[in-house]
Amino acid sequence: MERARAAPAPEKIRRASAWTDKKETMKPASFRYHAPKTLDEAVAVLAEVAPDDGRVLAGGQSLVPIMAFRLAKPTHLVDINGIKELAQIKVDGGKLRIGACVRHAAFYEPVCDGPLGRLLATVVRSIAHHPIRTRGTFCGSVAHADPASEWCAVVATLDGEMVAQSQRGERIIPAKDYFAGIMTTTLQEDELLTEVRLPMPAPDTRVGFQEFSRRAGDFALSMAVTIYRLEGGKIADPRVGIGGAEPRARRIAEAEAALRGKQPGADVFNAAGEAAAAAIDPLEDIHTGAEYRRDLVRAMTRRALDSAA
Amino acid sequence: MTHGGNGHDYPTPPPASERRVLGHAVTRIEDRPLVTGRGRYAGDINFPHQLHMRVVRSPKAHGRIISVDASVALKMPGVVAVWTNDDIADLSPIDFRADKNATGIREFRQPALAKTYVRYIGDPVAAVFADDPYVAEDAAEHVALAIEELPVVMSASDPPGEFEPGRSSEAIVLHHSFGDIEAAFKNAHAVVEIDVQTGRHSGVPMETRGAIGVYDAAKDLLELHGAAKIPHRNRETLCRMLKRSPSSLHVHESHVGGGFGIRGELYPEDLLVLVAAMRFKRPVKWIEDRREHLMCANQGREQRHLARIAVDKNGHILGIEDEIFHDQGAYIRTHGVNVPNRTMCMMTGAYKVPAYRAKARVRLTNKTPAATYRAPGRYESTFVRSRLMDAVAAKLGLDPVEVRRRNLITADELPYVIAFNEPGIEELEFDSGDYPALLDKALKAFGWDKLQAVMKRRRAAGELVGAGVAIFMEESGRGPSDNARIKVDPDGDVELITGGASLGQGFETSMAQICAEALGVDYQRVRVIHGQTDLIDHGIGAHAARATVLTGGAVHVTATMVREKAIEFAAELLQTPAADLDIVDGMVMRRGAKDGGPSISLGDIAKRVAPGSKLLRGRDPQLAAHGWYNTDHTVFPYGVHLAVVRVDRDTGKVAVERFMVAYDVGRAVNPLLIEGQLVGGCVQGLGGALSEEFVYDESGEPLSATFADYLMPTLHEVPDVEVLLTEDAPSPRHPLGLKGAGEGGINGAGGVIASAIDDALQMPGAITRLPVTPQRIRELLRRRATA
Repeated sequence: MERARAAPAPEKIRRASAWTDKKETMKPASFRYHAPKTLDEAVAVLAEVAPDDGRVLAGGQSLVPIMAFRLAKPTHLVDINGIKELAQIKVDGGKLRIGACVRHAAFYEPVCDGPLGRLLATVVRSIAHHPIRTRGTFCGSVAHADPASEWCAVVATLDGEMVAQSQRGERIIPAKDYFAGIMTTTLQEDELLTEVRLPMPAPDTRVGFQEFSRRAGDFALSMAVTIYRLEGGKIADPRVGIGGAEPRARRIAEAEAALRGKQPGADVFNAAGEAAAAAIDPLEDIHTGAEYRRDLVRAMTRRALDSAA
Repeated sequence: MTHGGNGHDYPTPPPASERRVLGHAVTRIEDRPLVTGRGRYAGDINFPHQLHMRVVRSPKAHGRIISVDASVALKMPGVVAVWTNDDIADLSPIDFRADKNATGIREFRQPALAKTYVRYIGDPVAAVFADDPYVAEDAAEHVALAIEELPVVMSASDPPGEFEPGRSSEAIVLHHSFGDIEAAFKNAHAVVEIDVQTGRHSGVPMETRGAIGVYDAAKDLLELHGAAKIPHRNRETLCRMLKRSPSSLHVHESHVGGGFGIRGELYPEDLLVLVAAMRFKRPVKWIEDRREHLMCANQGREQRHLARIAVDKNGHILGIEDEIFHDQGAYIRTHGVNVPNRTMCMMTGAYKVPAYRAKARVRLTNKTPAATYRAPGRYESTFVRSRLMDAVAAKLGLDPVEVRRRNLITADELPYVIAFNEPGIEELEFDSGDYPALLDKALKAFGWDKLQAVMKRRRAAGELVGAGVAIFMEESGRGPSDNARIKVDPDGDVELITGGASLGQGFETSMAQICAEALGVDYQRVRVIHGQTDLIDHGIGAHAARATVLTGGAVHVTATMVREKAIEFAAELLQTPAADLDIVDGMVMRRGAKDGGPSISLGDIAKRVAPGSKLLRGRDPQLAAHGWYNTDHTVFPYGVHLAVVRVDRDTGKVAVERFMVAYDVGRAVNPLLIEGQLVGGCVQGLGGALSEEFVYDESGEPLSATFADYLMPTLHEVPDVEVLLTEDAPSPRHPLGLKGAGEGGINGAGGVIASAIDDALQMPGAITRLPVTPQRIRELLRRRATA
């Protein structure tokens, strides 16, 4: 606050606008605002301010509310919304490439042909509420890594890749090496998540998604992403991803094993649900005990499989 | 006639079909500024040269204050002062308004700033004053508190601890009783016992609290802006606390974004801005943020009941006994012990109960203080009573609706008096109604019998679906008095000054309708003033479903006086007998006359009776009056709630498929507004029944301090609430037959949802605790599966 305001700005940091020099006061604790116009500039600023609790601002739908509560008091914000190249979404080399500033609402209509576009269009309806979806970003959710993030569950299930950019260069992080725990990832503090890449499943892939939340739009207490194909009437290439139930979203091998090579049906889906419920190490809090979390994982897995089309 | 009310029965008022505007669903007159963004809420009120206040709050749920170090904050540019209790040592704790003379509980009042102890997280410890609200907030974070932690008491069911050394945290034990309870249980065919609880929740208005204190040294006048609910009664308390005369302290209400009983009570911040305004000779503004609101504004409802009921072999109630553990939170605020008293008072509801004995243990805990929230004591008691009736039905193998019907007070038993043994407890005198008839109407409108068959089919197909009924009494319009001033302007517009208050419920429209009906003017030409203590000296405010009944009574009396005056002068001017004259659309004319007859407008009469007019011949000038409505009576509306729920057996989630509020309001002033009140209340009731809960961890940390954690129902979670509004039982105690409607939508919601979920699970008595969370349902289903 006062100390942050009084701190002389390092010469290297470019001021985004004149008003940052005024002692404007606001509901959050004071911070210095940076609005780079290029990716190079952004990673340069981030490298500069990250050690001093600098944070990236994209859609701001998680960060800004906790700043308004003063539960987070970053001293610098690096606003990447002005960087045009980060707003792109495209299919390239069999992968869907989602730029850092692509909003949730971009997925309302399938962004690509086939099961992936369908899956993303289904999942987006469960993310918060419409106004939030118009501001919040896909990559922002993946960088924030809330256990209840729908996009994190999708990324984990599909084994997506995260593209991290810093002054030191570009790094591709596979999902299995990316999510580290509750709101923790292996992104370094000077790295900007510029893009998430999702592999495009085969056209005959069936995709399903279900989540449970207390109210529409609330943080989910559990969710399941289920993906499989049929080969000769039997389940092939099954993927079961669970989010919201553990510190991080991940694929559940036990549930996938319960599906592989089986004919789809209630018994098999139940078995997969049971396997997922048994395999997780549930998060527990005052509202949700371990047993209840397992109940929800069991139900969501089965229902996601039921809904997979 | 300058006085109405007082004991006698009024003739049955005509129905709306025989009235011009009273009783009709006309649109609201107060909405234009609200829907065009020109509302003026507490946050919109500013004065030149004002200071802003930020409160430094206790981060500990219980502790002794060792030190408050403001040295860093005080050095920050723009900071004017930082206060602790030492700076307001002469200010008494916040006084009770309801029980001014309460004994034995005054020691539990809240000081404006904590003195030696902090007792909940959020307890005000210091106040920072600065030129800018956010400078004040920045500085508040630099006020260092050293607090020695003390053991916390987090449940009223736990053994009491110490409020302060030598003083138990059980503040008082209250009693209500009548009849021979020993005999009732001795002679019982069956006795059922329950152990049930209502959860801690509250009204969460869209507008948070706000207070702006202004001191005018030239006039020695102190003003509080941003007031709500009960400006006049708050002025009384403030005058007592600040030792000022009423004419030197005024309270002003502007637009209010929701009240629900919790907004508009006096809180520490209201006192602080007033004292600071006098001390600094500058206006002082405070606006609460949402997190503060969820940690500091009044919460309510949290009670545990160990109740038992004695019945004969037919399910007729012989007696009810109840021991209540009332979680009061950290202090006893302005209501005193009103909530546990109302709980006990209304426990027997619309049933004939020969014997009753209740005991309420009012216990302080290290949580946010509790007070009144919409239908205080009634939501709680209806839940408990409903649980008892369902338990009786299960025990005797009777239909739950039938057990209720058998015990209802019948129309020929009214007026029905419930007198308590304990001295000083006001008796209840149910004035009018036909409770079994409303139950039948409601069941019919809901299609109850057909529903049973449908649910049977659905259950057979594997669904968990169930329905419930809750029956309740409401109370409203408690006296003693309210008054109104009406003046007709020379252009025919009408100014109506009331001592009522508007929390957004449609007060202006309702009062305009009552005024317009009596006076014979277009209701849209009535300008309704409320919540201004400098314009009218007395006012009842808007609480306890009082405004429409009491203030409405005063408006009716006063408008009738103005009407009589207008007709008296018109009779002279038109040379027509007064008895032949009527007022239609602001024109006094011969009764039943079409166009062309002699007439004179109210505006013209107002001009003709200006001061100095020869027409006056010794009578007072102006077409104006000041009238009072006085009453010794409370009026008792009543209602039935019905609900259908579906339980997701895998997740435990409850979906409310249907909800009906059947409610007899006596006479409706505006059915549209009443429907809005009933539906809004119902949604809040569903919140308390299913999702809203202020949860604390074992150290006293509030875990529901954001809207992500305090789960109010949204459009997705509530059904289209069906409303069956009846006017079968106008109150004989009110000139217009009116009864209140503010709380009829919420009263039975907890009870009916519990019954419906029991039915869906086919587990009688399963629900013992509100809110019914999905996790708790899963636990029940699991218990059933393993049983």
